[in-house]
Amino acid sequence: MTSFVSNLVLIAPEAGLAITALVLLVAGAVRGERAGGLISWLSAGALLLAALWVMRDAGSSAQAFNGALVFDQLASFAKIAVLISAALVLAMGNRFLRDENIIKYEYAILVLLAVVGMMIMVSANDLLSLYVGLELQSLSLYVLAAFNRNSLRASEAGLKYFVLGGLASGLLLYGISLIYGFAGTTRFDGVAAAAGGHMNMGLVIGLVFVLSGLAFKISAVPFHMWTPDVYEGAPTPVTAFFATAPKMAAIALIARLLNGPFADLAGQWQQVVIGLSVLSMTLGYFGAIMQRNIKRLMAYSSIANMGYALIAMAAGGVVGVSALLLYMGLYLITTLGLFACILAMRQGEGMVERIDDLAGLSRTRPGLALSFSLLMMSIAGLPPLAGFFGKLYIFMAAVDQGLLWLAIYGAVLSVVGAFYYLRVVKIIWFDDPGPAFVAPSATLSLTAGAAAFFMLPGALWLLPALERWAQAAAAALS
Amino acid sequence: MIIGLGHYLAVSAILFTLGIFGIFVNRKNVIIILMSIELILLSVNINFVAFSTFLHDMGGQVFALFVLTVAAAEAAVGLAILVVYFRNRGDIAVDDINLMKG
Repeated sequence: MTSFVSNLVLIAPEAGLAITALVLLVAGAVRGERAGGLISWLSAGALLLAALWVMRDAGSSAQAFNGALVFDQLASFAKIAVLISAALVLAMGNRFLRDENIIKYEYAILVLLAVVGMMIMVSANDLLSLYVGLELQSLSLYVLAAFNRNSLRASEAGLKYFVLGGLASGLLLYGISLIYGFAGTTRFDGVAAAAGGHMNMGLVIGLVFVLSGLAFKISAVPFHMWTPDVYEGAPTPVTAFFATAPKMAAIALIARLLNGPFADLAGQWQQVVIGLSVLSMTLGYFGAIMQRNIKRLMAYSSIANMGYALIAMAAGGVVGVSALLLYMGLYLITTLGLFACILAMRQGEGMVERIDDLAGLSRTRPGLALSFSLLMMSIAGLPPLAGFFGKLYIFMAAVDQGLLWLAIYGAVLSVVGAFYYLRVVKIIWFDDPGPAFVAPSATLSLTAGAAAFFMLPGALWLLPALERWAQAAAAALS
Repeated sequence: MIIGLGHYLAVSAILFTLGIFGIFVNRKNVIIILMSIELILLSVNINFVAFSTFLHDMGGQVFALFVLTVAAAEAAVGLAILVVYFRNRGDIAVDDINLMKG
């Protein structure tokens, strides 16, 4: 009995969020359509509280429910990142949803449920909890993509995401069934014992299926087809959510899976991860060159960034995973800042999302232009901005593990990436100004400004703190 | 002939392949895609139950029940999205889902 209670204490943040979601759902149903804004703020508050709770227990390590869930440093790192980005997305999106007249209370509740799914994913220590967490997250995200239900684009985005997501979970499940069959258990420690034994082809095939299913979630090439369309079609706050929290959760999940139960099969999965990484970087950067829509540009940018993250994943071990987590942390901050800028792209008649609409932003809204340019230059990896150090850590991890050629390939490709990121900066500073944007809300300006400030060399003293935290999280895996 | 694990796995692999082909080859109707996804999930269930019986381990059957539950939720969400799409488009032919170029 006491052990059951202690299990409940361990999952208190997840359970608390799930209960909050249900209570807010009832509150929304009672209050009706007008409650949307209030419920959004309450949900953001609940997410921040949960983040504080996870932070309080961050140092410890424990397992719950007979080893179905594990609570270690890696899980708390990913959870805090997911919770804070989800709360920021909720806070940033409010005004957009109100202006577009789609502020419904279900939006915040779906975000909450997706976050609960992600928290279970990053804590998963059993293929069953992995699957259930992943599906809770995916089902909420399918609905969120089609959330603007009067828009043909949004419903098309939702439909595409659903069909390809369903296919991906099918692949994932087929892999899980093979792993279960050949390892005899779904527990990660049992799978690790089976993988450590003699070479087992069934396990390797199962792992490849599982990796394909998970590669879909982080939109790695060749499982990226949905990304540009869903990013373009979904309402912008939803796109911001897609680009941040689910990516972090899925990356942490893959890191745990590959370096935990399948650590002994590193020789097998490393090839697959390197392949995904090279394809993602190449297609992400070359595909972005022709884009005219800023949300599609962000889609290709996130594909390319996942390619870089996969370099660190391929390197593996504590070095690789800590570089991976550091990179993901910086990616989340940059992406949140960029989406704050994109959400601020609003002219009198509504939201604009063409890159050309940014022309001459430096003269009409200099503050926004400065944040936008700094973030773009940072994600391009220009020294001495923080994004450069993120890439540097990844390349050092790759070289450390003997993947010199992969690091060189990544460095060469980031020149291609710099081309289209800098094109946006050029349009902002040197093109003739178009109609000015309306003044952004305080939340948007603050987020964009804070994210841009973090990229500056003056804020580099924050980087070692993030690095130490990432190292502690990565050490939990070994 | 004794029906062994291999036979079950073969049936499930065939169903799985049919499901994958159903998604990619079909150019007519989105409903068929939903059916193909169900087919994939059910083929996985055959795998789980067969392994569970041959390993004498209940874990696989529990997993199969979870898969059934999630599949029901997934079908509900999928059909709801499809209804929304139909309202906006007036048609659910696969070839016409091309507003965005991806």
